[in-house]
Amino acid sequence: MSGELILFFILALTAILTAAGMLLSRHAVYAALYLVLNFGTVAIFYLLLGSPFIALSQVTVYGGAIMVLFLFVIMLLGAEQITAEFSWNSVVPAGLLGLALVVEALVLVLQKVSASNLQVATSVIDAAPEPLAKQLFTVYLLPFEITSILLLVAMVGAIILTKTEKKG
Amino acid sequence: MVPTNYYLALAAILFTMGAMGVLIRRNALVIFMSVELMLNAANLTFVTFARMYSTLNTTSVYNGQIFVFFVMTVAAAEVAVGLALIVAIFRNKQSIDVDQLNSLKG
Repeated sequence: MSGELILFFILALTAILTAAGMLLSRHAVYAALYLVLNFGTVAIFYLLLGSPFIALSQVTVYGGAIMVLFLFVIMLLGAEQITAEFSWNSVVPAGLLGLALVVEALVLVLQKVSASNLQVATSVIDAAPEPLAKQLFTVYLLPFEITSILLLVAMVGAIILTKTEKKG
Repeated sequence: MVPTNYYLALAAILFTMGAMGVLIRRNALVIFMSVELMLNAANLTFVTFARMYSTLNTTSVYNGQIFVFFVMTVAAAEVAVGLALIVAIFRNKQSIDVDQLNSLKG
């Protein structure tokens, strides 16, 4: 077993355990912290797949910005003290549905893809950000501009939704 | 050398765990986190396939990576609006338990 495969299995175990921890933790703060760890392991997977720029933007955007926003809202609402009542009656059907989904996904992945079991080559590829930026600003220029409009609309929407109207 | 389908299986497991989180949790914030987990799993498959097809020389590795950027942008916008909605709902109902948000029920 090569070193990279061992690293993959350790990281995969970490990713799955942190995802399970997020699902099962009663407090929202713990769930958020597990999710940060999960995003970190996924960032290392991106590094293994030879896309360092995506890995670093994963850390800054997901691990940084989005999770800070989550933690900020949790603290703002005092939601860390809310422990919702938990009834097994509602969990069992949903859990069975999810389990069926897992089995189906695994069967699909292991059957369809193992037919063409392609290896991910780990030789060093040119993963510098320059060609990526060149493609982003030439071929994908219009979608890129549209995402800027999307972010502007999201910002305006967030401000309007949380604005308190002054009376009088 | 890690086979492609190991990455795909891991992404499938993470995606279904996110789907299960949406189904079994009642805290709106944790449901949002589960949605983020699902988006992340989709990103992992994008990067895996980008890598796979670039080793086959059928397409550039950057096409898949740029799609991951777009998914990240949409995820950021979704989180901003979604958390604003949660804050607005909490102000009105003093709760973010999705089972109690049944005002539209006939």
